[in-house]
Amino acid sequence: MKKLLSNYGMVLVLIALCLLFSLLTMKQEGSTGSAAAERLSSEVVSIVAADDGVFVVGAAKKDSEGFAEMATERLEKAGLTKVQKIVGTPRDLRQAWDQAIDDGAAPKVLVVSGDVIKWTVLPSLQENAPALRVMMPTEQLTSDFLKRSNLLAIVDRIVVIAVIAIGMTLVILTGGIDLSVGSLIALSAVIGTLIMKAMGGLEGGWWVVWVGFFVATLACGLIGGLGGFLVAQFRVAPFITTLAIMMVTRGAAFMLTGGFSIYQVPETMTWLGQGSTMGIPNTVIVLVVLYSVAHVFMSHTRFGRYIYAVGGNEEAARLSGVPVKGILIFVYLVGGLCAGFGGCIQASQLASGAPNLGMMFELYVIAAVVVGGTSLSGGSGRIVGTLIGAFIISVIQNGMNLLGFDSYLQQVVLGAVILFAVLLDKARQRGSGRSAKA
Amino acid sequence: MNQADGSTPLLEMRGIQKRFPGVHALKDVNLSLHGGEVLALLGENGAGKSTLIKMLGGAHQPDGGEILIDGEAVEIHSASDAQKAGIAVIYQEFNLVPELTVAENLFLGREKTRFGFVDSAGEKEQALIWLKRIGLDIDPDEKCGQLTVAQQQGVEIAKALTFDARILVMDEPSAVLTEQEVERLFEVVKDLRESGIGVIYISHRLDEIDVVADRLLVLRDGQYIGEGVVSETDRNTLIKMMVGRSLEDEFPPREVEVGDERLRVDGLNRGRSVKDVSFSVKAGEIVGFSGLVGAGRTETMRLIAGADRRDSGSIHINGESVEIESPRDAIAAGVCLLSEDRKGEGLVLGHSAVDNFALPNLVRFSNRGWLDQKSTRDEFGQYRKDISLKVSGPDQTVGELSGGNQQKVVLAKWLARNTDVILFDEPTRGIDVGAKFEIYQLMNRLAAEGKAIVMVSSEMPEILGMSDRILVMRKGHLVGEIDNTPETTQADILAMAMDQESDT
Repeated sequence: MKKLLSNYGMVLVLIALCLLFSLLTMKQEGSTGSAAAERLSSEVVSIVAADDGVFVVGAAKKDSEGFAEMATERLEKAGLTKVQKIVGTPRDLRQAWDQAIDDGAAPKVLVVSGDVIKWTVLPSLQENAPALRVMMPTEQLTSDFLKRSNLLAIVDRIVVIAVIAIGMTLVILTGGIDLSVGSLIALSAVIGTLIMKAMGGLEGGWWVVWVGFFVATLACGLIGGLGGFLVAQFRVAPFITTLAIMMVTRGAAFMLTGGFSIYQVPETMTWLGQGSTMGIPNTVIVLVVLYSVAHVFMSHTRFGRYIYAVGGNEEAARLSGVPVKGILIFVYLVGGLCAGFGGCIQASQLASGAPNLGMMFELYVIAAVVVGGTSLSGGSGRIVGTLIGAFIISVIQNGMNLLGFDSYLQQVVLGAVILFAVLLDKARQRGSGRSAKA
Repeated sequence: MNQADGSTPLLEMRGIQKRFPGVHALKDVNLSLHGGEVLALLGENGAGKSTLIKMLGGAHQPDGGEILIDGEAVEIHSASDAQKAGIAVIYQEFNLVPELTVAENLFLGREKTRFGFVDSAGEKEQALIWLKRIGLDIDPDEKCGQLTVAQQQGVEIAKALTFDARILVMDEPSAVLTEQEVERLFEVVKDLRESGIGVIYISHRLDEIDVVADRLLVLRDGQYIGEGVVSETDRNTLIKMMVGRSLEDEFPPREVEVGDERLRVDGLNRGRSVKDVSFSVKAGEIVGFSGLVGAGRTETMRLIAGADRRDSGSIHINGESVEIESPRDAIAAGVCLLSEDRKGEGLVLGHSAVDNFALPNLVRFSNRGWLDQKSTRDEFGQYRKDISLKVSGPDQTVGELSGGNQQKVVLAKWLARNTDVILFDEPTRGIDVGAKFEIYQLMNRLAAEGKAIVMVSSEMPEILGMSDRILVMRKGHLVGEIDNTPETTQADILAMAMDQESDT
């Protein structure tokens, strides 16, 4: 347990943040309004037969009227044939009731909103018809943060950064850094969409999309690999190498498109970033698959171990027979591939490619990796930690949006939180072990 | 010697306690030091000497007990607190900025200023005086990175003098010096003693203690074991105090059975450091490489192990010519090197013992790239028992281990690689008496198994005690070969190792 905490202490931070935002965005959801109607409708459907008479009653107020409308719509959709909507005063209800009695079609169920339940007409109706059931929605606490749609939004927002952070983790584990990933997002999106445009544009088939994505990802991988070669062969500092690549690729992305966005792409290209498979969003599947593969690779294969060793002590690794140059080229290549694929996801989410995508993303990615507990000096860190780091950043951004922080303040808070997270990590390391550099 | 005369000691440490997670590093340790005496602090690696002196330097704080200077309790939380208290600690890793000059280093953080500007001329003048005081003849404008290790050490001592340190702590100052440099160091230490400074001197070389120290204090397993006057303490008693048992002999005996030639090197060259070196080593042989520091011994080993590229020359292993362009090639050909710089080149300090152990053997410990953690740990467990490696578990970080145990991890990783030729570069540097003996035994066992062993060492007794043959290098050349017999003496080797002219 102790080891788990020291490895993944950031999990606690993430959980604490989620709890915090769940509570802060918690609010009482009333017994009127359309949300209440949605909850109640399914309950009603489960106890009545299709040809039972149902009255849906709402007062002549905005919330209450909305309740009646939504409930009616839902019930009819569910196949109930005798649904009658009554919006207005107790008098309207009494008239409709009498009418129904006259027609010999007395309703079995009254579905009422929270304010209608107080009408004195209801007990008197029940006296005449003891079998009559009156149903109203209960009050309920809900949290905007925990809504399914919001949780998915968090994933959508972070998926690109999280995918790229896998490659960045490998690079940082070797003691390097890759500043070019933000520009590679743009280059990948531009190359991908240009290929799609050239191969049929809007009318292109699904395979056109995959050719575009494949070539774009591969191109970014090659650029990453080239950077790795410069770092490994000529000992150029990774910071400078990738800074230069960052500028070159950003410029190239603008040159390729003349500065414009590309929209002439097949509709099917949105599948990757917006679609879902068997009810699960594809972005979630991408994250689960890529992180599982990366985790297994880093902790259960020889090459994963080599990457840690190169970052821990490059010279000792070399003298132990580790192919240091190959490892360095490999991690930058993977970094490029991840950035390229991240660019494809970004393009898919936007259904277009633009040369200004991914500005500043390299810094968010690095922040995710570092918040996730990977040491910038290399040799220690965990893939799963990076995923947690990415989510911490995304959850903070999302929570602040829900709470209505303005965007400038958000940046200030995010920066402060990153600092705090890293300091916390340092304190934890100091607490859990002696300094390894003694 | 003016200790034990009832006067207040210059420095006193009372009931010092220190705990690290999982380790009780110091248990109720007492130490007292008077002005004008040299106190030798002895103990095996991991006995707690370093922890104790780090408290004087402000790197650690005691969990219990107190430190008194002139009878007054002081708290030392940082290096500057130590300076203010008049304590200078010279660690094994020097605290000098290699890019700055000698004078700049001497006054770093306490620059002399005139009208708000650094007074370089004044600093240089002062520096010369201090350097001369300890008999160090170097240019104060020289960059510290350009100096020899001995000179850098001198600068550290001079620096201590510049802030009027009254207590000088030296952690294994002789470990990195040649014999003559050690002699000079002793002169300086004696001179400091004369001037009333109290010196705490840590060393593993018992010969030195007789020469340089007045009193000695022994720690073992974090506990105070005892103290005494050097001239009244005999060596066996001392060793028994240090290791908790007596050692029959410093070097284990062995039977030599020489087999076929394992390693042959012809005409090895690299720049100025290695010139036309040729030799061969047979199975079962231990060949000692002697020479002064900088004679090219380490450089030669690095060429054979592929750590550096050679300009020319050929290497044969088991009679076959091999192409060695990288450490990877060398290991594949059957050569491994246990570097003299364990921390920098031998180990990934932040990683666990088992990970370090596995690193050169990952191909064997994996199946199509997939790690076989179980067999790795099983084998590590065997070596751990076999060479009595003291770790809390396979996952203990090697940076936390003592020098001797770090060296054992390096040994284990190469033993598991099972190469035919093993190059040891200063295998027992910074290692305590008990662990040294174990490493010697291990070398003998490897030789008996038919390995060819090359040992570079600056310690004459080690060369004489362990080698079958002794090769001597000077200025990059192999200048002599001696068959080691009981009659061979240090003088025989030194005569070859030293140039006639430079014998000063």
